[in-house]
Amino acid sequence: MNFDFSDEQKQLRDEARKFLAEKCPPKTVRTVLEGKQPYDRELWKGLADMGFLGVAIPEAYGGAGAGHLELCVIAEEMGRALAPVPFSSTVYLAAEALLLAGSDAQRQKWLPLVASGEAIGTLALFEGKGNPSPEGIKLSAAGGGLNGVKKPVPDGAIADFAIVAARTGSSGRETDISLFLVDMKAEGVEAKSLINVDPSRGQAELTFRNCKAEPLGRANEGWSIVSQLLDRAAVLMAFEQVGGADRALEMGRDYALDRIAFGRPIGSFQAVKHMLADMYVSATLARSNCYYGAWALSTNASELPEAAAAARISATQAFQHCAKNNIQVHGGMGFTWEFDCHLYYRRSNATALALGSLSYWEDALIDRMRKRNAA
Amino acid sequence: MNFDDTPQEAAFRAEARAWIAANAPKQYEDELKKASLGRTQLKGANILEVAKAWQKKKAEAGWACLHWPKEYGGRGASPIERMIWQQEEGAFGKLSAMFIIGHGMCGPTMMGYAGEDQKRKYLPPLASGEKIWCQLFSEPAGGSDVAGLRTRAERKGDDWIVNGQKIWTSGAHYSDYGILLTRTDPNVPKHKGLTMFFLDMKVPGVEIKPIKQANGQSEFNEVYFTDVKIPDVQRLGAANDGWNVSLTTLMNERMSIGAGVSTGFPELFEFCNNLMLEDGPAIDDRGVRSKLANWAVKASGLKYTSMRAISALSKGERPGPENSIGKLVAGSMVQDVAAYALDLQGAAGVLSGPEDAEAAGKFQAMLLRAPGTRVEGGTDEIMRNIIAERVLGLPGDIRVDKDVPFNKIPTKGRG
Repeated sequence: MNFDFSDEQKQLRDEARKFLAEKCPPKTVRTVLEGKQPYDRELWKGLADMGFLGVAIPEAYGGAGAGHLELCVIAEEMGRALAPVPFSSTVYLAAEALLLAGSDAQRQKWLPLVASGEAIGTLALFEGKGNPSPEGIKLSAAGGGLNGVKKPVPDGAIADFAIVAARTGSSGRETDISLFLVDMKAEGVEAKSLINVDPSRGQAELTFRNCKAEPLGRANEGWSIVSQLLDRAAVLMAFEQVGGADRALEMGRDYALDRIAFGRPIGSFQAVKHMLADMYVSATLARSNCYYGAWALSTNASELPEAAAAARISATQAFQHCAKNNIQVHGGMGFTWEFDCHLYYRRSNATALALGSLSYWEDALIDRMRKRNAA
Repeated sequence: MNFDDTPQEAAFRAEARAWIAANAPKQYEDELKKASLGRTQLKGANILEVAKAWQKKKAEAGWACLHWPKEYGGRGASPIERMIWQQEEGAFGKLSAMFIIGHGMCGPTMMGYAGEDQKRKYLPPLASGEKIWCQLFSEPAGGSDVAGLRTRAERKGDDWIVNGQKIWTSGAHYSDYGILLTRTDPNVPKHKGLTMFFLDMKVPGVEIKPIKQANGQSEFNEVYFTDVKIPDVQRLGAANDGWNVSLTTLMNERMSIGAGVSTGFPELFEFCNNLMLEDGPAIDDRGVRSKLANWAVKASGLKYTSMRAISALSKGERPGPENSIGKLVAGSMVQDVAAYALDLQGAAGVLSGPEDAEAAGKFQAMLLRAPGTRVEGGTDEIMRNIIAERVLGLPGDIRVDKDVPFNKIPTKGRG
């Protein structure tokens, strides 16, 4: 048994960490947070040059053809650095959707552009409040064009293409949903940036008015594809969250060692030590659940739906827990704009809601455990 | 990343599996599987006898204390082989509960500090379960602060005379031998005046009184020593070096990965899967699902954390510190799980008799036993200190008694 990443994968992690430490320090995150640019273009280009954007894209489509374990490794580092780039939307959602359901022509057209950093992609799924469900999709694909509004769409305002979930039937079943691929340069689609809790990443509203779109995957199988896509993305996002959790824990630990109060480092007080110990516990549980998710994702195991939900829940909890208590350890300084604690706090809460919120995944996990139990 | 055995591991697993299939006491398998915290019982059999018989059988075939050297009754197996054995032994491993302290802590301490003749004499019957050992460290005045213990040992010729009291000694009432930490010099700071011995629990002056626990059971004892004579040859390590000897003991406890701590989750999931509430099955209720999901990911997180440790062993590495979270997470989780199971039962949750209670009173027994799990073998607070100091590198507590002679340390909080 080797329930761990390989030496080569660990080497890749070190490479990615070094690259991001240099190219993505907190001040880079802040240029996007403070609205100076919609995402860090230079970093995005650098990630492409390092081969990170196409790490799991087959060589035939311009990628490195490594695999999903390698992508998990990169995802963790992206989360750790709070990279202000459309990585999750382009790589976990758009590229994965193409790999799952795209035609060869669609893959040929878009995947090389993703790998080279020339195209940003996203998934337009949500329509206002609520968690992923076929009933929540009202945007219509009747009569040859898309009509409706999607929000929030991650990185929707900077995307070059979007995978759009649309209603193509009215039977009240999952099969009413189909997926479409929209070139964002097409007529009839308009993007508007939305203010969100983590401005280091963009959220948008996309309005479609008789927008031309090509089908992605078979008609009526849209929901089944979305479900698979969300499970796969959940594992990858969970790695981002674990990366963020670890970094927030380190920040808290470092501050507790340096800050003196009442004549001693605050890290020598049990109230602070125990808070940090509990953060370590959350982060460790999440990491272990993520490893299982990574195994399931990389082997296409039948356990993937359950493993993905567990990884997602655990990592969401860990990132939120570590990010909020990192501020607590920092005290007043943690609540300043100047300190970086709030960057992690913002990201932890934004990633918790992407792909469906905690309660959605809790529900999904129990459904899946129950099915396995019955089988 | 894979869950596959190496060819050698697979061969070892197959051999272990075949031997267990042919030799394990199958008639108790169901009851052992169902055993949960606060309740392990075998109908119509004495669990002590069943456990001893199974251990003896294992020892005769070379399956006892796998990681011990062969000359002391073990198999000289690698850590990963030991883990594979535990996985294959499954529910029958619960029969080893009464040997854990002897095998995990007393044995390794003897190996480190006893003379060669003593090792050859005492270790094989400990491995085979013919002799049971206990560990006499905790005292009324020294729990988490074990170095604060007060049991005195005074040198008299070739012997030591011991007077004092130990507490929370698991299994003292059925133990043949024990390792004993005593104070031999009260005029120096507390860590510097301790000495370790081993002794025969049946010698005159040793009196054992079971503790009636808060849950009504008696798993632990108070042990009183009145002028107990221990020959100096039974001293382990140098006089006044007992603290260092005890660290070996405790380190061995942490090195052994443990047969898996009980979280109560599988029991709760099964219960919710079958329970009908007024408006339908409990497991369809949104609130129930949310609770279950939170505990599910803790249970799976612990499971995969220990797999990461096993992987490290498999590669010949020492497991990282991740495994130190197990007892801390499981201890309070089992308490919360049990309380929630009672909550779901509504007013009837108060009933704990096996005939009237839901799930035969399993969760009521779990609830009442759970407070002990958060205290025994290191309280939650001590575990958090260990994680904070050894894993995260935070400063140790400021110890106001560190350089004070033991007999000058205050003994009362108020007045």
